[in-house]
Amino acid sequence: MTATAPDGARSFRWRRRSVLPGFGLSLGYTIVYLSLIVLIPLAGLGIRSASLGWDQFWAIAFDRRVLLALQLSFGSALIAAIINTVFGVLVAWVLVRYRFPGRRWLDAAVDLPFALPTAVAGIALATLYAPNGPFGALLDDWFGLRVGFTSFGVVMALIFVGLPFVVRTVQPVLEEIDRETEEVAATLGARRWRTVTRVIFPALLPAILTGFALSFARGVGEYGSVIFIASNLPFQSEIAPLLIVIKLEENNYAGATAIATIMLVIAFVMLFVINLLQAWSRKWFGHE
Amino acid sequence: MQVRAVNISKRYVGIAALDDVSLTVQPGELVALLGPSGSGKTTLLRTIAGLEHPDSGTVYFNDRDLSDSRIQDRGVGFVFQHYALFKHMRVMDNIAFGLRARSKDKPKESEIKRRVLELLDLVQLSGLERRFPAQLSGGQRQRVALARALAIEPSVLLLDEPFGALDARVRKDLRRWLREIHDRTGHTTLFVTHDQEEALELADRVVVMNKGKIEQSATPDEIYDTPATPFVFSFIGESSVIPVQVGNGRATLDERLLDLDIGNLPDGPAQLYLRPEDVVMVTDGGPGIPGLVVSTRRIGGMRRVTIECGLARHRIEFDAPAEIPINNSQRLTIRVIGGRVYGAGAEGYETEKLAASATSDFKWAKAEGWLDR
Repeated sequence: MTATAPDGARSFRWRRRSVLPGFGLSLGYTIVYLSLIVLIPLAGLGIRSASLGWDQFWAIAFDRRVLLALQLSFGSALIAAIINTVFGVLVAWVLVRYRFPGRRWLDAAVDLPFALPTAVAGIALATLYAPNGPFGALLDDWFGLRVGFTSFGVVMALIFVGLPFVVRTVQPVLEEIDRETEEVAATLGARRWRTVTRVIFPALLPAILTGFALSFARGVGEYGSVIFIASNLPFQSEIAPLLIVIKLEENNYAGATAIATIMLVIAFVMLFVINLLQAWSRKWFGHE
Repeated sequence: MQVRAVNISKRYVGIAALDDVSLTVQPGELVALLGPSGSGKTTLLRTIAGLEHPDSGTVYFNDRDLSDSRIQDRGVGFVFQHYALFKHMRVMDNIAFGLRARSKDKPKESEIKRRVLELLDLVQLSGLERRFPAQLSGGQRQRVALARALAIEPSVLLLDEPFGALDARVRKDLRRWLREIHDRTGHTTLFVTHDQEEALELADRVVVMNKGKIEQSATPDEIYDTPATPFVFSFIGESSVIPVQVGNGRATLDERLLDLDIGNLPDGPAQLYLRPEDVVMVTDGGPGIPGLVVSTRRIGGMRRVTIECGLARHRIEFDAPAEIPINNSQRLTIRVIGGRVYGAGAEGYETEKLAASATSDFKWAKAEGWLDR
């Protein structure tokens, strides 16, 4: 007890009495667990690609095929995440705010993209949106728009797999919003649109950003559904994860890990930025 | 602005929340809606605000029928129990919300700022305009909510249990402060409370509600001194109830004749309602009702004594001077010097309308108490 630091308020102590015991044990478990599942495999990735040397690494990174694949992966994930954010919020709104027959079924249906093997989803979408499929033919006739086997198809598949993330993060927060704050806005003379944009939306913004980030991250990593709906032509509709698999099949392990490392870094930076944005929005809008 | 609610009825899944209620609030009046939970007081307030639509009946502001007017156009300032502040807005933006939401003659931003600072001064929160609601105490939040409601210069101010979520001390301070604000701004104000002390202290007029109906609407003094119904009697202040029998113009307790003036009460069972101050202890050996002390507790400068009287051990509470020692199981004699008798129908004092018409007031001139035969 004599060793207690005098500036106890500022120094961090490993052992202290708390009503929430087990800090040491649970932190240790968390570190070991995260190491085994996430950190060690990722570190292996870094080590493996480091064996390439800078020159080779840059050569792979700035290969046109790789650049285009990365652009397609991140670009389509971004577009899909934006579309999912808009319509996911809408779906969450309808599910929370209105009571109608079949609401529970619709609610359950939102989770289907979670549960379905993504390859199945890819095949189903490809069948529907192929140039000779029921929707694909219509879209082609009316708008001259080709969805199946193009980069549109990639976005379509990513919208499918990413939708539940937005809905499921926004839904509980929307349920928590107090009816009374909306009522008070109405008594103060605010029309509905103003109430939605000034009162409800700011309260939802952190959740919306989380949903966006999750949907985006999912889109970047998606493989199974995309390869069925995209024609996978190099320089056109080839996503980065597919390129990794192709490199692996060519026994070019170093090349595969190099692309994976680049993806990892970009994804990390983007998620970091989204997190900063989220922290900022929480602070700006007084969620503490 | 005069507020009139006429013949308002509202049912929720078969249960009448409001049963043909009419209420008029005069311009500048401060009125309390008092009642237990489920009495319909909040529903009435929300109906006046336009947050609920009545099944039948009409709300008027002055002589304007509001049946088809939207909440946004009514100009009511509404304050909720749990403040309902916009959590993501600073105090100043909360207060300015109503001014900025105006579609026509929206004031300039500099004018809005001036109004906000003025209101912050009124609610004594100057200097906190840049705080978020989460950084304020409960009492401060409720003041922000009030300032926000006052910002739109409402034609009527409606408060739903405004102090219900605050601790006792803050509640007392805010009560006094709300009265001051009302006297200064002169808004027609209607507030809901289940706290009778709050209603009696704060309001010009108290409207007591029970089961979707208005039991009595009167000044605090009248509510306390001449409660119209047994419900009002027992809801306001402390009370003891003793069943008595009325027959041949006389009242009896346990077949003992009571020397009571019971007016024109019909024959049958009736209830004698007593306040603690309607009963005194007999110390000079005079006549009275004998009883057995079952509990005593200290309330301020007095000692609240509960005794059991009569065969059925009816409990009566009264106040005795604190300096007289009274112990449990002690025998003593009491004398009734006031109280009210309500004739009860077959359903006991549930039939309040009937009982109210047959009420007989009595103050005993001789202070003789019960005739102990």
